[in-house]
Amino acid sequence: MKLPTRFGRFGGYFVPEILAPALEELEAAFVAALADPEFKADLAGWLRHFAGRPTPLYRCRRFGGDGTEIWLKREDLLHGGAHKTNQALGQGLLARRLGKRRLIAETGAGQHGVATAFTGAALGIETVIYMGATDMARQRPNVDRMRLFGATVVAVTSGGATLKDAINEALRDWSASFADTHYLLGTVAGPHPFPTIVREFQRVIGDEARAQFAEQAGGQPDAVVAAVGGGSNAIGIFTAFLDDPVVLIGVEPGGQGLESNAHGATILRGRPGVLHGAFTQVLQDDDGQIRESHSVSAGLDYPGVGPEHAHLAETGRARYLACDDHDAVQAYQDLASTEGILPALESAHALAVARRLAAAGEFRRIVVNLSGRGDKDLATVGRWIEEKAR
Amino acid sequence: MSTRYATLFGGPAASQVAVIPFLVLGDPDLDTSARILDALADAGIDAIELGFPFSDPVADGPVVQAAGWRALAAGTTADDCWDLVERLRQRAPALPIGLLVYANLVVHRGVPHFYQRAAAAGADSVLIADLPLGEAEPFHAEAGRHGIAPVMIAPPNATSARLEQIARATRGYTYVTSRAGVTGAADPDAAVLGATIADLRALHAPPPVLGFGISGPDHVRTAHRLGARGVITGSALINRIESIRRAGDDAAAAAVDFVSILRDAALAAATTAVEN
Repeated sequence: MKLPTRFGRFGGYFVPEILAPALEELEAAFVAALADPEFKADLAGWLRHFAGRPTPLYRCRRFGGDGTEIWLKREDLLHGGAHKTNQALGQGLLARRLGKRRLIAETGAGQHGVATAFTGAALGIETVIYMGATDMARQRPNVDRMRLFGATVVAVTSGGATLKDAINEALRDWSASFADTHYLLGTVAGPHPFPTIVREFQRVIGDEARAQFAEQAGGQPDAVVAAVGGGSNAIGIFTAFLDDPVVLIGVEPGGQGLESNAHGATILRGRPGVLHGAFTQVLQDDDGQIRESHSVSAGLDYPGVGPEHAHLAETGRARYLACDDHDAVQAYQDLASTEGILPALESAHALAVARRLAAAGEFRRIVVNLSGRGDKDLATVGRWIEEKAR
Repeated sequence: MSTRYATLFGGPAASQVAVIPFLVLGDPDLDTSARILDALADAGIDAIELGFPFSDPVADGPVVQAAGWRALAAGTTADDCWDLVERLRQRAPALPIGLLVYANLVVHRGVPHFYQRAAAAGADSVLIADLPLGEAEPFHAEAGRHGIAPVMIAPPNATSARLEQIARATRGYTYVTSRAGVTGAADPDAAVLGATIADLRALHAPPPVLGFGISGPDHVRTAHRLGARGVITGSALINRIESIRRAGDDAAAAAVDFVSILRDAALAAATTAVEN
C-alpha cells in the first residue's frame, strides 16, 4: 500500500488474501484520480449540476436555547436527501476510471443503496445492492426507489438480516467478482483504503461549512456536532476543522440506553476488535462474537465504527456522546415544528445533543451536520409514538 | 514447531494425497461435535482442520456459515472449542491439528493469549481467514514464539512476487485455492491449480494442500495428478453430516464414511501411479 493504512493503532485491511490485490488496485486508482485535475473537475461538475452542491449553511431561528446559535449544514438538501450522494458519485467515477462494469453496495436504511443505485443509473453501470431482509421490510420506499433506478436488490437473510450481514454478503460477492466489480462501500469503515477514500469524498461538507461560517457568521464555530453510525457524515464535516480550535463532537446512538444492551454506542461501549476488515471499536461479547446493535435510526444501527473515529476518540481530538431513541425522536419533531425542517432520525441525534450543549451554555456557536432529510422516517416515528402512547 | 506436518508429508505414505476434513467446532452442538471428532480420530485420518464458529464469517460460503451459526446457537463458547481441541489431541497424539479462525477471535483477548491457548491445547497450525500478508507480521511472530505454524492461503490471483512472500511466510503447508470467492464454491480449476503448484514447488514452499470446493474422489485424483500433497474438504463433508443427522442417522459414522471414500481414492491414485 502507498497511503498510510492506519489511524494511530486503528484501521488496517483485515481481508482474505484474495482481496488484497483488489484493495491495492483501488488505492492506486484513488491516488492517481486525486492527482488528476480532469477527475477532480469531472467530480466537481457532477456535485454541482447533478447533486446540487454547495448546500446552504443555515442559522436556526427558534431551535435551541437563548444565547446559543445553532447552525445547520444542509446536506438534507442534496440530491437523494442525504450526504451519501457525495461519495457515491466519487466512488462511481473511480469505478468507471478503473473500467469496472458492475457496482455492488450494502445498505441498512437504504440511503446508501439509493445513492449507489442512482449513481449506477447516471453513469450507466449495472448495480447490485445487498440489504438485510429485516431492513427491506422496514424501509420499503427505499427498496422501491433502488429498483426504479434499475438496481437489483438482493435480500440478505443470514445472521440478523441487517446492515452487518449485508456488508458480509457484499464482501463475499466482491471476493469472487473484484476483477470486473467495484465494491462501493458506504461509510468510513471497512478495510483500507475505504476509510480514507470515503473521507476524502465527504470532506467537501466541512470544507464548505468552514468557509460559509466564516463568511456568514464570522470566525469559527465553538463546536461542530455530527451523528456517528459508521461515521461518514461526521468525518465529512470534522476533517476541515481538525487543525482549528473547534470542539468536535460525535453523537452515538444510545438506543434504549447505554446500560441496556440495545444501543449502537460503539466508541462509548465497544472494545477494540476486527470487524469488516478494520481494527476499530466493536460491540462484541466476551468471546469476540459481534453483537447486534440497536437504534431507532437504521442508519446508525451498526456494531462497528470507522477506525478514524476510534483514533479521534483515543487521542481526545473528538468527544463522543450518546443520544437515546427518545431524545432523537423529540428533536426530530421539534426541528420540524420550530424551523420547518424535517431532519433524518440520524441527524436528529446530533440536533438533540447540540440543544443539550446549548442549554448547558458551554458553547456560543454550534454547527450541526444535518446529514439527511427525514421523510424516510415518517413511518418509523409514527410507530414509535404510537407504541409509547400505549 | 511440532513435527507432525513434516511427518505426514515426509513419511512412508507421503506419495498419497492426505485427506484433511474440515469441521466447525461445536456444530451442531458440543456432544455431537465431540462424537464426530472421536470417531475421526479413531478412524486414523491423516490430519484435520477445525474452525472456531464466528458471527461474521466473510470468507465462508453458505454451508460453513450455517455450521458456525448452529454451533453458536447451541451456545458454543471459545472455552468449549479449546476443550474440544485438547480432547482430540489426547485421543490422537500424532494427528496434525490445524485451526481456522477469524482475526477478531485472535485479537479480542490479545494475540499472545490466543497462540498460548492454541499451543496449550495441542494445535499445530493456525490459519486466519481474514489476515492478508500485509497485516500478518505481528501474528506470525507470536505464532512462532508459541511453536504454532502460521498457514497462509495462496490464491489464484497472486503475482509471482506475492506468491514468493506467501511461500516464505506459510509454515506446515501451503493452502492453495483455485478460484476467487468463498468456501464451498464451484469445482476447482485444474489448470490454475497446476500453475500455482508448479510455482510453489520452484519456490520450495511448504507442501501444497488444495482447499475450496473439494467434494469428491475426482478432486482427490486431480490433486494427485497435479502434485498436491493434500486436500481439505469442508462444505461437502458438513453437508453430508448434516443431512444424515437430520435423517436421524449416525453423524459420526457419516463423517468417517465420507473421509474414507476420499482416502480410498487417494490410495488408489498413489498405487496406480506406482504400478504405472
